[in-house]
This record gives sequence, structure tokens and C-alpha cells, in this order.
Amino acid sequence: MNRIIPPNHAQKIMNGVFWSVGILAILILVVIIGYILYNGLPQFSLEFIFGEPVGSGESGGIWPMIVSSFYVTFIALIVATPLGVLAAIFLAEYAGENNLVKAIRFAAETLASIPSIVFGLFGLTFFVVYLQMGFSVLSGGLTLALMAIPTILRTAEVSIESVPQSYKEGSLALGASKWQTIYRVVLPAAIPGITTGVILGMARAIEETAAILYTVGASLAIPLSIWDPARPLPLHLYILATEGISLPNAYGTAAVLVILILIITVFTNYLVERYTKKMMGR
Amino acid sequence: MENIIEVKDLNTYFEESHILKDINIEIPKNAVTSLIGPSGCGKSTFLRTINRMNDVISTFKEEGTILLDGQEIYDPEVDVVDLRKKVGMVFQKPNPFPKSIFENVAYGLRVHGESDKRVIKKRVEASLKESALWNEVKDKLDSSAMGLSGGQQQRLCIARTIAVEPEVILMDEPCSALDPISTTKIEDLIHKLKNDFTIIIVTHNMQQATRVSKYTAFFLHGEIIEKGLTDKIFIEPEDKRTEDYITGRFG
Repeated sequence: MNRIIPPNHAQKIMNGVFWSVGILAILILVVIIGYILYNGLPQFSLEFIFGEPVGSGESGGIWPMIVSSFYVTFIALIVATPLGVLAAIFLAEYAGENNLVKAIRFAAETLASIPSIVFGLFGLTFFVVYLQMGFSVLSGGLTLALMAIPTILRTAEVSIESVPQSYKEGSLALGASKWQTIYRVVLPAAIPGITTGVILGMARAIEETAAILYTVGASLAIPLSIWDPARPLPLHLYILATEGISLPNAYGTAAVLVILILIITVFTNYLVERYTKKMMGR
Repeated sequence: MENIIEVKDLNTYFEESHILKDINIEIPKNAVTSLIGPSGCGKSTFLRTINRMNDVISTFKEEGTILLDGQEIYDPEVDVVDLRKKVGMVFQKPNPFPKSIFENVAYGLRVHGESDKRVIKKRVEASLKESALWNEVKDKLDSSAMGLSGGQQQRLCIARTIAVEPEVILMDEPCSALDPISTTKIEDLIHKLKNDFTIIIVTHNMQQATRVSKYTAFFLHGEIIEKGLTDKIFIEPEDKRTEDYITGRFG
């Protein structure tokens, strides 16, 4: 036997490799977030968060952008969640395995990998121009919804499919109909997975710039209705940076965006964990 | 003795394979009937034919007659929901829902449209008492059923089944995943339940069949080889194959 590296050495070397790669992954995340916070946090003040922008945003606050972000993301979610979840139920429980289902799955996968700027262009021609919604919260929200649907659909489908067959049999054997079984047993058991899908879809929507660039307008005022134009955080960040208006404020905006996403993720993780604990008895 | 189920010339198929062959059997009311036989002999398929659980498999086909209270259960007029309300089922592996203990037992009542909270509460309590689980869970009705032990989970599944007041309870090897003490508890429960329900139990455990059942049917390769009083089958079987099986020569 002629081993160049003895097995126990190889073991140690690979342990070292895996540890370093793992640490590197965390390090990259920490550095990026740290860098944004380091540059962004000094801008934070009550006035920056809750104030109106002055000029084109070189000073003043970003409150209208925070509101805009929530507004478009909310619209995206109330449209995309029911569509995505219902489609997932159809695929997982009703459709069986045929060519139509394969086509739907393929379409959802393709949709998920289309560049967001293409969604933006579609939103512009379809919602803004053809349906005459104009540059508005509604146009932007619907465009974001189109982007979030495949994410929600795929995650929800996987989590519905992973609900054990034995739960369904137990329910059917008690005389429940198929829909009662889905509604009362399958969906509650799949809620943690579905929620994860919705959060992923939401994260995709709230951080998206290209898809709203052509659809939501760039108004600096707080949008009062779904027909008003708006300027969500990523778009504001993009304009501040590319037009050289204020780099410090761009960092401040980025920091707000990052913190928002962190809060939402941590909070929903907490809720999902609590729900799972209650459902599964620890 | 009155028969609650009468099966005449039943044949079933999955795709091309012929699973049950010319099954003829009567199930007496308010008694326990055991179905014994080696793995793959069709006992479970037969059990799942009685509450039409095989319907979900698209390639399943059945021919013949199964009468429950004189009514053909595969008649197009029969609502499978009503049938399963009358014929409950307890599975091999305990399968409580990931819900609270209370909600597990209330489930059947709720899906059948009961919404009076007092009625539900009373029935849940009565069912848990009848399945000898009440004392162990009465202080934690709101905790998840998934936190119970395997034996407790199986008794909960029985409680869940009797809550909808079926006439027949099908049990598919209900003790095969349980330890001996839990098994004893389930067997005691079966003894008690036979006063109110007709029980058909599939078991691989010969002692269990002799302990719990008055009647036994021996299945082999999709046919019923021998059926009758348990005592008779186990003491003086008529067929050589039955004798070989119960004495452990195969299976």
C-alpha cells in the first residue's frame, strides 16, 4: 500500500478545510453587513428614519421610502401568497403526475430564474401601459408578486408533499373529505414550510430594484393610495448612489433595508419555531 | 348471532394482480374477529376494502358483494364519508395528528359538522375515558399529541375513532409498533370495546389472536383457507395449511 497521505492525516486536513470554508462563509456575511452598518449607522437619527427627504434625498429622511417598501411588498404578498399556495396545493394533492403538471413545474422553475429586469420590462408594458395602471404602487406590487409566486409555489409544494401520508389516511379514515383533510390536517402541518416560502418570496420582493425601476415611478412623497407612484428603499438607494446625490445617505438607506430584513426574518423564525414546538409537543 | 358484515365472492385487483380471491365471510356483531396469515396474504387489503380506503389507489378494482347492515358498500349511492363514519380504522403505526390531544379526539366530530362546544367536550371526555387514556391526559388536553408515548398515541387513535361512534372498528396490527406493556393495555381495551363495537383485527401475533378474538379467519395467498371460532381453529384446525401456520412452520 502506497498512500501519499495517511488516512488519519487526510482526516485532519479535511476537517481543517471544512472548518475554514464554514468560517469563511460566515465571515463574508459579517463583513458585508458590518461594512454597511459601519457606514450606514452614523446617518441614523429620528429625523433620518421618520423625516421627509430634502431636495432629492441629499439630506432629510427616508420615511416615504420605508412606507413605499412596505406598501409594494404587502401588495406583492397578498397577491402572490394565495396564488402560490393554491397552485402548490393543486400540484401536490390534485394534479397527479402528467404532462400538464410537468409543464407547470417547468414554467415555475423558469420563471424563478428570469432576470428581474425582464420582469420590470414586462411590468412596464403590461401593468403600466397596457392596463393603464401608470407608475404606481399597484404596478410595482403586481410586478413583484409575479416574481414572488414561483418562490412561494415551490417551497409550499415541497412542504405540502412532505406531510406524512399517515396523517392523511388517519383523517380520511375518520370520514373527512379530501378538502377537509387538506384544510384541517395537511395545511396546518405544512404551515412552517409555507411560511418559509412566503418569507423567501417577501425577501425577494422587498430587496428588488430592477423589477420596480420601470413600474413604480420615483416619487419622493408618501404614497397615499395604490394608484400613487412611490420610491421603495432599494430604488432610493440606487438613485442616491448612481446619481451621486449622497453616498452617506445611500449607506444609511442600505442599513435600514438590511435591518428591516433581519428583523422580519428573525421574527418569523421565532414564530415558526414556537408554532412547531406547540404542534409537535417540544 | 347477528352478522353485521357479509362478504360474498369478493375479488380485488391492483392493476393486473389478483389480490383477494373469492372471499366469503360473515363478521358477527359485537365480537372480535381476527385475521391472521403470513405477510402479503391480503389481510390488510381486505381490511382496507371494508372502509374503502383502497379507493385512493386508482388501479384498485373490486368485484363481489360487501354488505354492511345489509347495504352494499360499493354501491354508487353510498357516500364514502358516511361509510367511514360507520367503519373506523386504527392503523399499524400510531398516527395522531400534530394537534393537541383534545383536537385529535374532536377532529372526527368537527369534520362531521358538530359545532356545539359542550357536546364536543363531553364526547371527547367520554371517548378518552372509554379508551382508558383519560387519567393520563386529563391535565394536558391542550398539549400536542405528538408528545405522548407510542402506546398512549395508539390509545388516542382509538379514542379518536370511537368518538364518531362507528359500528365497526378495523385494526391493522395495532400493537406491532408497541412494547409488551402497551400491547396489554390495548388488548384489555379491545376486550372492553367489543361490548359496543364490532372489531376486526389483523395480527401477526398468534397469542394475540387467541387472547382477544372470538372468531378467526386464516388468509393465505389471497384466499380464506379456514374461518370460524378462534378456539376451534387454534385447537383443531381442519386444514393442514392452517395447522402449519399456527404452529409456526411457515409465515
